[in-house]
Amino acid sequence: MGIDNIITRISEGLGDNLLSLKQKSTRRVYINIPPAAVRQTSRLMLETLAARFQIATGVDTREGIEVMYHWALDGDDLVVTICTMVGHEKPELDSIALFCVAAEWIEREMWELLGIHFRDHPDLRHLLLADDWPEGKYPLRHDYQRSSDEVKA
Amino acid sequence: MSKRTIVPIGPYHALQEEPEFFKLHVEGEIVVHLDIELGYNHRGIEKLSESKDFEETIFLVERICGICSTSHPLACVQAVEDAGNIVVPERALFIRSAVGELERIHSHLLWLGLAGHFIGFNTIWMWAWRFREEVLNILELISGNRNHYGMMKPGGVRRDINKTDIPAVRGLLDKLQDPIKLFRDAVIEDPLIHARTKGIGVLTPELAVAYGALGPTARASGIGIDVRRDHPHAAYEMLDFDVVTCENGDVFDKAVVRILEMFESIRIIEQCLTQLETVKGPVDSDPKCVPPGEGVGVYEAPRGEVFHYVRSDGSNRPVRHKVRAPSFMNVPTNRETVLGGTVADATIILAAVDPCYCCTERMAVAVDSPGGDELWGTRDLIRLSCEKTDRLMKETGWTGPRPPENLFDNR
Repeated sequence: MGIDNIITRISEGLGDNLLSLKQKSTRRVYINIPPAAVRQTSRLMLETLAARFQIATGVDTREGIEVMYHWALDGDDLVVTICTMVGHEKPELDSIALFCVAAEWIEREMWELLGIHFRDHPDLRHLLLADDWPEGKYPLRHDYQRSSDEVKA
Repeated sequence: MSKRTIVPIGPYHALQEEPEFFKLHVEGEIVVHLDIELGYNHRGIEKLSESKDFEETIFLVERICGICSTSHPLACVQAVEDAGNIVVPERALFIRSAVGELERIHSHLLWLGLAGHFIGFNTIWMWAWRFREEVLNILELISGNRNHYGMMKPGGVRRDINKTDIPAVRGLLDKLQDPIKLFRDAVIEDPLIHARTKGIGVLTPELAVAYGALGPTARASGIGIDVRRDHPHAAYEMLDFDVVTCENGDVFDKAVVRILEMFESIRIIEQCLTQLETVKGPVDSDPKCVPPGEGVGVYEAPRGEVFHYVRSDGSNRPVRHKVRAPSFMNVPTNRETVLGGTVADATIILAAVDPCYCCTERMAVAVDSPGGDELWGTRDLIRLSCEKTDRLMKETGWTGPRPPENLFDNR
């Protein structure tokens, strides 16, 4: 398809939702979008560009929690990373697991480790942490401090 | 309406020595639903990595898995190199590919042995693991270690492969061809393996794509994802190899893909060795720091694509380090593949995606280098064991039966 063609199609598909686009190299592209556009962008990547969902990453930053969706375009040796920022107060995003089943587990993981709520997730429950993990404690947040109530033997 | 029962497999898996919990919902003998629970082995590696510097991180991720102990470091160093635009010398790239392919052969042999064990074909298990030893010997020769090679570092590799070692590596590699041919014929032609694996646990291409399945799990369903070809890294761009795919997506095809891949791996290693005889130069560009930025590293591990994401703020530690192993994408496919099968088939179906675990125990035999004699052979160990039994008998005053003196004479 060619990297230029892909960038054009993403730009046209996203319109005003494209906040910024950075082409780091011929193999890596980083795109910023508003949180409300996550589902639309994921559908564009999955259905229009037939990209492969690699994984999503959440990062706790000063400004908020940044969530990155990594999409691989295998025919073009390209990884497109879609980034969006949600606030610390009430971090919420639309789940993409309804149409991208590959994202189901990682959304559960980000929910328990970073405290991001995924709206309309089919099965939002603990994946890695114990079922009785205390509520409101998110290990990958910077303000997280270990306490004895997490270890019940 | 028939009654639904839950058959638990785990959290201590009866066959795999790794804790994971499969709740099989069955009606009669037929599996109608599967619930997977993880987290019994969660060690917080990603969080831990944020407290390590970039050099230490490589050693940390090497210990995520005893089998993929090159895959994680290689994906990780590539993520760091992508973040910092670090250039790697050509010779180091060939060494990376050679070590990665050796790991693939030993991992596939390990799986093949386990798969044989799971269907009750223990001869395959014993033989596969016996020849896996030869691969570990090559890795020991190259890196000094059978597992956890410690070869990768940002900017290159830690150890060169000496020119004088190359003929020995070639010799050991030649010895592998015949055993792998034996396994190929044994699996492809054996009626018992056909009966247990053909048409069992089928993953359709549509489901493989939907679940984002990777590696042999996807390739057995005809989805030719191989990041060695699709996202070239290490020396794979300069090497000639085929991506093996099958069509049916059943357990049999997953086995066939893995066996045929071992031949490709041998081809790749031979090409790397040829290149290493001529390509000169350093094996490490010795980067001093990682500038602020972010990077993605992928590597085709034996089980599929390993994904690492690293973000640096210019300090000596990563701000965020995301690790995604291929089993994270492959294990959920079990929810589809076990449906409609019997409980007896579930064991091999759940194992067919090759969920990974560590096995590094072994006995050491010291060899006298000038004479090549075993300083401690099997006979000596049996003698020690007999001496200990004698001592205990004397101490406790026990006079039970003893094994005959000549039991081990022909060993």
